[in-house]
Amino acid sequence: MHPAFSVIFFTVASGAGFGLFSLLFLADMFKLGGGFSQWQLVAGGLIAMGLVVFGLLASTFHLANPKNAWRAFSRFRTSWLSREGVFAVVFMPLALIYLASIMFDAPLWLRGTFGFLTAVLAWITVFSTGMIYACLKTIRQWNTPLVPANYLALGYASGSLLLLLGAVVAGLDTTPFIAMSALIISIAAVLKAIYYFWIRSPGLTPTINTATGLTRAKVKLLDTGHTHGTFLTQEFGFRIARQQAGLFKVIVFVVGFALPGLMLVWVFNQQGGQAAAIIAVVAGLAGAAVERWLFFAEARHVVNLYHGAQRC
Amino acid sequence: MRLGLVIDLDVCVGCHACAIACKEWNASGTIGPLSDYQPYGAEPSGVWFNRIRHFEMDVYPNNKTVNFPMSCMHCEDADCVTVCPTGASYKRPEDGIVLIDQDKCMGCNYCSWACPYGARELDRSSGTMKKCTLCVDRIYDQELPVEERQPACVLTCPAHARMFGDFDDPDSAVSRTVRERSGYPLMPELNYNPTNQYLPSRRMPVIPVDTKPKGGLKASIKQFANKLVRR
Repeated sequence: MHPAFSVIFFTVASGAGFGLFSLLFLADMFKLGGGFSQWQLVAGGLIAMGLVVFGLLASTFHLANPKNAWRAFSRFRTSWLSREGVFAVVFMPLALIYLASIMFDAPLWLRGTFGFLTAVLAWITVFSTGMIYACLKTIRQWNTPLVPANYLALGYASGSLLLLLGAVVAGLDTTPFIAMSALIISIAAVLKAIYYFWIRSPGLTPTINTATGLTRAKVKLLDTGHTHGTFLTQEFGFRIARQQAGLFKVIVFVVGFALPGLMLVWVFNQQGGQAAAIIAVVAGLAGAAVERWLFFAEARHVVNLYHGAQRC
Repeated sequence: MRLGLVIDLDVCVGCHACAIACKEWNASGTIGPLSDYQPYGAEPSGVWFNRIRHFEMDVYPNNKTVNFPMSCMHCEDADCVTVCPTGASYKRPEDGIVLIDQDKCMGCNYCSWACPYGARELDRSSGTMKKCTLCVDRIYDQELPVEERQPACVLTCPAHARMFGDFDDPDSAVSRTVRERSGYPLMPELNYNPTNQYLPSRRMPVIPVDTKPKGGLKASIKQFANKLVRR
């Protein structure tokens, strides 16, 4: 698959935003590290919403006809893409009510209820993002429950790093934030490792034989029938060399998981201070972006069987 | 009604006439234009609803070239329609034709990801997705003579490798042909239930091509004499 940068940016930014908001709710409820002040919570919430809005706007850049983008909310009952848009939009007013209830000292039950609803909706939205890819039967590397699991884990991992940075800046006790971040990053790393292991074996997928129905003998492509590329080769023809993919996987684990992990240790040992937390955030987001790029680059659409691939 | 095509792989000669006729009709049809990019340039490309690939089956000396025209299969369980967020893609309940409402499409490419057959292509000039309409603007046209109310690709095929008809009617020509010739759908394992069916090669006796006479000098002289007499 051709990796579209607007989609990579969108999924990484909105994932981090939704993750940050849900974890902010947890930090608020359990007064982690002594508890953020009202204004710090509101500022954190607004930053999270900013990431989400920024991501949603970026996602419209990959549309060829963005003037019809408003129609994307209409097929809520069948399309995961539509569902994601609807959930992301419903998330906004709930998140604003939650932030307002923090700002104006609303009763705790109101604050808790809306915080919980917002956190659940954030979870559902990121799940929907993952399902956009996971529901496609045409791409073996995406058609697995590990995809929404990865999207959720990485979104929450980025969010937890952002929250840790907030805790460091606010001067709170960082230990609970470090523990939370370490746990989520470990889960994200393990899920990603399982995913990479899983997509290595070809599994039970269409082959050039079932694609042509010529199943009794070896089949090979003689001619694609077009002189230059087509929309199909541009969109689905992208291939990444196995070695290069391996290198990118190393980068994902070193930059996306190991480096933030190391920075967590530094923050815990009071080394580096804010700089360590900033490096953790930047590395986490950069790792997630590389992971997302690779997620697209490694996906092999079955239409490639009509362009010479023996299997996908 | 479940309208669709039958493509006879035994007969198709791979001339691309169906693709040209398709382009000709649909460029000015309801979904047109079908934009071309650099048509006379170094990297010609563009939107086509019908593409012909050429495959080789088996290995020498048993190999055989199979010409493979492909357009929208108008699937029963069309995921391209399910995943469309705007409702631009739809499947007509009355005849099963899958169409795209050009006024609703936002060009997100998601339906093309969901299609295993590569039937959907984005038109970069209009920013909308386009695909085979089964010549919906032709097959119902009361102005045309009845025998011409067929998709352009079917009408033009010089080898008569394409048939158009209703698969819901068990006695229609397409249903009968598929039954008799063991027609099959492509990638059935994905469960899209494509309407279009492909007819495999007929089993024909192998024609011997060995012209060397068997049986030594006597047979050679005999054959030579026979040739002379025939001339």
